[in-house]
Amino acid sequence: MAEDPYKTLGVPRDASTETIRAAYRKLARKHHPDLNPGKPEAEAKFKAVSAANELLSDPEKRARFDRGEIDADGQEQRPAGSYRQYAEQPTGAKYGARTGQRPEAEVFDDLFADIFEQRRRAESGPRKGRDESYRLAVPFLHAVEGATETLTLPDGRSLSVKIPPGVETGQVLRLRGQGGPGRNGGPAGDALIELDVAEHSLFRREGFNLHLELPVTLREAVLGGHVLVPTPSGPLRVSLPEGSDTGRQIRLRGRGIAAHGKREAGDLLLTLRVVIGAADEALKAFLRDWKPEDPQDPRAGMEAAP
Amino acid sequence: MITLDLLCARFSRLRVEDLQAWIAEGHVRPERAAGDLVFSDLDVERVRLILELRDDMAVNEEALPVVLSLLDQLYELRRRLRAMGVEPDLRA
Repeated sequence: MAEDPYKTLGVPRDASTETIRAAYRKLARKHHPDLNPGKPEAEAKFKAVSAANELLSDPEKRARFDRGEIDADGQEQRPAGSYRQYAEQPTGAKYGARTGQRPEAEVFDDLFADIFEQRRRAESGPRKGRDESYRLAVPFLHAVEGATETLTLPDGRSLSVKIPPGVETGQVLRLRGQGGPGRNGGPAGDALIELDVAEHSLFRREGFNLHLELPVTLREAVLGGHVLVPTPSGPLRVSLPEGSDTGRQIRLRGRGIAAHGKREAGDLLLTLRVVIGAADEALKAFLRDWKPEDPQDPRAGMEAAP
Repeated sequence: MITLDLLCARFSRLRVEDLQAWIAEGHVRPERAAGDLVFSDLDVERVRLILELRDDMAVNEEALPVVLSLLDQLYELRRRLRAMGVEPDLRA
């Protein structure tokens, strides 16, 4: 004979319908066999709980049971947990684990195959440690010139990371043997370091060249002369030719991204921008009286397109 | 293999609109034969499971895909174990 259904659900004999339903839900969630495929005892529990609920959730049956007209047995056993039996067959793969809405069984095949392969190796012999991934912020100029950065790991160790010149955001450096420890005498895994190169307030990168907008005074633009230009490797004296107007480009060879291996250094391209600033009286007076030999209209040929 | 009508007749608490929504979401994946949807035993039991999750365990519409996805992953692993000749429930 089955156990007292009130005991099975853990509710008092005068429990309300709501209390019974709540108790049933709680137990069903816990013991549903499809949610516990590895626990055979869950199935028996769930059956008992379902039977108890079936009896107590039906006011008529509950009243008959309370009056002793029927016992806790003899209720129709509903089939429950039979999804499990089908899902564990190879044909169950139809509802394989998926990403998004589409079944992507192949992806998971590979994933699981990998996991099991690793486990098999771990059991039988030396196993390489896990690769660990990190991100490292790199200042712009360190990416241009190359540098050595220090990466502090979550476990407190610090890694010295050599940044070659010319790295870009998203690039991954692999430090062999700096990942997780190996097992059974296997080699340690690698540290994979994804770089995040910062922007720069002056320089802009294009391939291996750098661009810099260089402000020049009216005098420097008209007469030319020497100006001090900031470059990644320090200030550089650059001689401007006469008549260096706004927009003029000057190429400083080899002053861009530093050379690395067989790759030559990039260039630094200056784009001039004439800055007049606050004009003094003398300049104003000069311009008032100035009659250009060859008057030009910089807006000639400029007409709004229809 | 049974048809949609038979399936709906089998479960009194199954409304055809719900079933269609689950099919659209990919929770249930019947096959198509001569223009009609047909449900295998696996599909039928899956519908039963979804009904039990919804009605007996109060798993709502939003949580259902999460629960199904976790279950699918669980069974995927158990099938893999079985295919490798490992009986998932036996302790070593």
